[in-house]
Amino acid sequence: MMSFQTFMQHLVNGISLGSLYALIAIGYTMVYGILRLINFAHGDIFMLGTYFAFYAMTSFMLPWWAAFVIAIVLTCVFGMIIERTAYRPLRNSPKISVMISAIGVSFLIENLAIVLFGGRPKAFPIPPLFGNIINIGGVRIANIVFIIPVITIISLAILLYIINKTKIGMAMRAVSKDYQASMLMGIDVNHVISVTFGIGSVLAAIGGIMWAMRYPQLMPLMGIMPGLKCFIAAVVGGIGNIKGAVIGGFILGLSEILIVAFLPELSGYRDAFAFVFLILILLFMPGGLMGENIKEKV
Amino acid sequence: MSIFKTDNITMRFGGLTAVSNLNINIEENEIVGLIGPNGAGKTTCFNMITGVYTATEGKIHFKDVDITNEKTHNITKLGIARTFQNIRLFKDLTVLDNVVIANHMRLNSNIVSAVIRTPSYIKKEKYIHEKSINLLKSVGLEDLKDEKASSLPYGKQRRLEIARALATDPKLLILDEPAAGMNPQESLELMGFIKEIRKNHKLSILMIEHHMQVVMGVCERMYVLDYGVLIAEGNPSEIQNNPKVIEAYLGVD
Amino acid sequence: MKERKNIKKLLNIGAICFAIVLLYIFNQVFNSFQMRIFNLCGIYVILALSLNLINGFVGLFSLGHAGFMAVGAYTCALLTMSPDMKAMNFFLEPIAPWLENINLPFGSALIVSGLMAAIAGALIGAPVLRLKDDYLAIATLGFGEIIRVIFTNTQSITNGSLGLKGLAKIGWFNASSESIWWIWGIVILTIVFMVRLIGSSYGRAFKAIREDEIAAEAMGINLFKHKMMAFVIGAFLAGIGGALLGHLIGTIDPLMFRFLLTFNIVLIVVLGGTGSITGSVISAVIVTVAMEALRVLDGNIEIGGYMIQGIPGMRMVVFSLLLMIVILYYQRGLMGTNEFSWDILIKRFKPSKH
Repeated sequence: MMSFQTFMQHLVNGISLGSLYALIAIGYTMVYGILRLINFAHGDIFMLGTYFAFYAMTSFMLPWWAAFVIAIVLTCVFGMIIERTAYRPLRNSPKISVMISAIGVSFLIENLAIVLFGGRPKAFPIPPLFGNIINIGGVRIANIVFIIPVITIISLAILLYIINKTKIGMAMRAVSKDYQASMLMGIDVNHVISVTFGIGSVLAAIGGIMWAMRYPQLMPLMGIMPGLKCFIAAVVGGIGNIKGAVIGGFILGLSEILIVAFLPELSGYRDAFAFVFLILILLFMPGGLMGENIKEKV
Repeated sequence: MSIFKTDNITMRFGGLTAVSNLNINIEENEIVGLIGPNGAGKTTCFNMITGVYTATEGKIHFKDVDITNEKTHNITKLGIARTFQNIRLFKDLTVLDNVVIANHMRLNSNIVSAVIRTPSYIKKEKYIHEKSINLLKSVGLEDLKDEKASSLPYGKQRRLEIARALATDPKLLILDEPAAGMNPQESLELMGFIKEIRKNHKLSILMIEHHMQVVMGVCERMYVLDYGVLIAEGNPSEIQNNPKVIEAYLGVD
Repeated sequence: MKERKNIKKLLNIGAICFAIVLLYIFNQVFNSFQMRIFNLCGIYVILALSLNLINGFVGLFSLGHAGFMAVGAYTCALLTMSPDMKAMNFFLEPIAPWLENINLPFGSALIVSGLMAAIAGALIGAPVLRLKDDYLAIATLGFGEIIRVIFTNTQSITNGSLGLKGLAKIGWFNASSESIWWIWGIVILTIVFMVRLIGSSYGRAFKAIREDEIAAEAMGINLFKHKMMAFVIGAFLAGIGGALLGHLIGTIDPLMFRFLLTFNIVLIVVLGGTGSITGSVISAVIVTVAMEALRVLDGNIEIGGYMIQGIPGMRMVVFSLLLMIVILYYQRGLMGTNEFSWDILIKRFKPSKH
């Protein structure tokens, strides 16, 4: 039987991982809500965020906070560039074309990253503030594990404020409800989509940097798996729904850690859980936990 | 003799009742109209008949078979064909292919004999081809058979969609706003066309139509829906003089 | 009209005969490196056609192809591997007893591989083919990953992440000269099969589903049945292609069947034109050759005594860029939905009657 301490440790780890998933899943859900598009490149945007922070700290010797801010801004710009070059020209194309473009841009970024950053893993320098280990009742946990959920909550609060209280947030909600009508109402849809990608990328960058402090090994392909899992989290929660994405992220993060903790013999299958989960949800609750089911109009 | 009958069908979406306790009866060789203001539940009704939705309550009978829970493709196979409010042709395929495809379900050849081209498959294919050409001839689209469906002018697309539905050999053809977007001249042609179809194919027709001139000119009998409820039934002159119908369309002061 | 039909039949038979002569000549003149590339082209033709059937003709965006290929590759490898070789491969954990002494000739093993992949396709298709568009894409991608993760973990059956080494050469006689006949023979069979399938009533039904599912259903086409058919046939061919690929390379491991492999095939199909058999065939050959030719980008190039340092990964950058350019500016790819046909050639060479 697992001791209480170990259980608490797993639980904290699960919450921490869940917060990260939630943060990244929001980006997927926001883009999907507006464009009905799986932004396959979202995981790679996440990866870029970590590398930007890495180079800002190591090559440019910036203090960590400056490095993080710059990395977040750069990632945000990058996300908007991707939207403009790879998605905007296909706004009126068949869905399959847009999806292929999304996969294409994702591969392009990954391969560019291999070329520019090198294929070998890099160690992320963790600032002491985040890396220090504290001891709570015999359980040794790094600061970052606690910081992650806090940052997630703060980001989420800001995001919800933007969406519910600001003008651009209202425009975003309008576009996601009815794209055509919003256009007719004089909303600059392209601008709204750009901002959506920007916000999603900011969250991905924040998630990426924290991920790097939790699992400090950078690789050009590091974004793929978290990316896929967070997309799944978004679907589980009900794609297009921000609260759903957060809930989905937590469910996925917690269950991933706890299943491995309780059934260590299944740890080899860790990466398959999310997919099994996804398929079950799609089959039995296609709208996700919080989403609504929309049937095509005949 | 009655060919089609609904028995108190009701459709609810959550708390909203789109159609309630609707009874429709269609005789063989009859042209029946289903009219009503926007949002009255007409298309929902079509979707129940064709199996896109399953009626929440009630039964639908076609040729004495209960089709309430039947799947769309089986309903077509049984002999109900439809057109769509916003034309749904196979846009990138040729006019001829659009019609030929409608025969696929009656092919009765499995995929293996289709690939190895057994004599019986070739014979069927040939028959389908000739039948489709004849059908196109009868609707006046034969010379356009190799054009892409999307390249046809609007009126001809409507016509092709009807031809495609006819290719499934229906006993009941249901038309969802066939005159939508047509000018008076085209509407007039359509009326003649619909009557001609009935004569040549010996079938019943149920149509939703807003264009009163078309409905009154073609339908022998009609049903009027308002807010999902049947408010009147009868022949054109009865309907035209029915106070409830006038109220539904014009409102009361 | 009848005469034209007979001419076309003769031309078809002539083309196949010509292809056989060509294969014979290639088999004589190609060195082992060229031969390998040429065979790889053939395998990618099979794979591209199998994916195009699902994605291009039925319009189902499936991303699980690598999974079906893995099933085929592993099945064929295990069925043809000698017990001694198996013992050498499975040194970490012994192979499951029921697999130990199975040894089938290559041809039957290949068919079983296809069938196993088809069964996998049916099992996966049954639940996921109810989904649409991006949901279908992500679910099939998920299944592809699940298959890979399972293969990584079933140590006593697949040898886990160590993979299998020393796969038998393609064919019955363990001779290198045999593989071209197997691979390109299957290519020709696949092309003939695809042309006939797409030209049949079933092919039309597939296209109808691609064009408009709701209308297709209203025309009496059983959506699920037809999607399933295409999916299972596609999986079968992917299994065969995967098996051939494994035996051509000689070693397989789960990492080989990552999403990247599916991406390569998607790339070929998109470049060739989704919904064109001709396009897939041409594009598979071009892309495979180009992938090899561009290998120089990854290595060092020497020009006039100067060494230009190669950059590992540059090759894939070029290909991703190529895909992006095609999808953004030239969406129809090489052929769109057009096909090669004798009619066009006949028209061109026959003096017009005007």
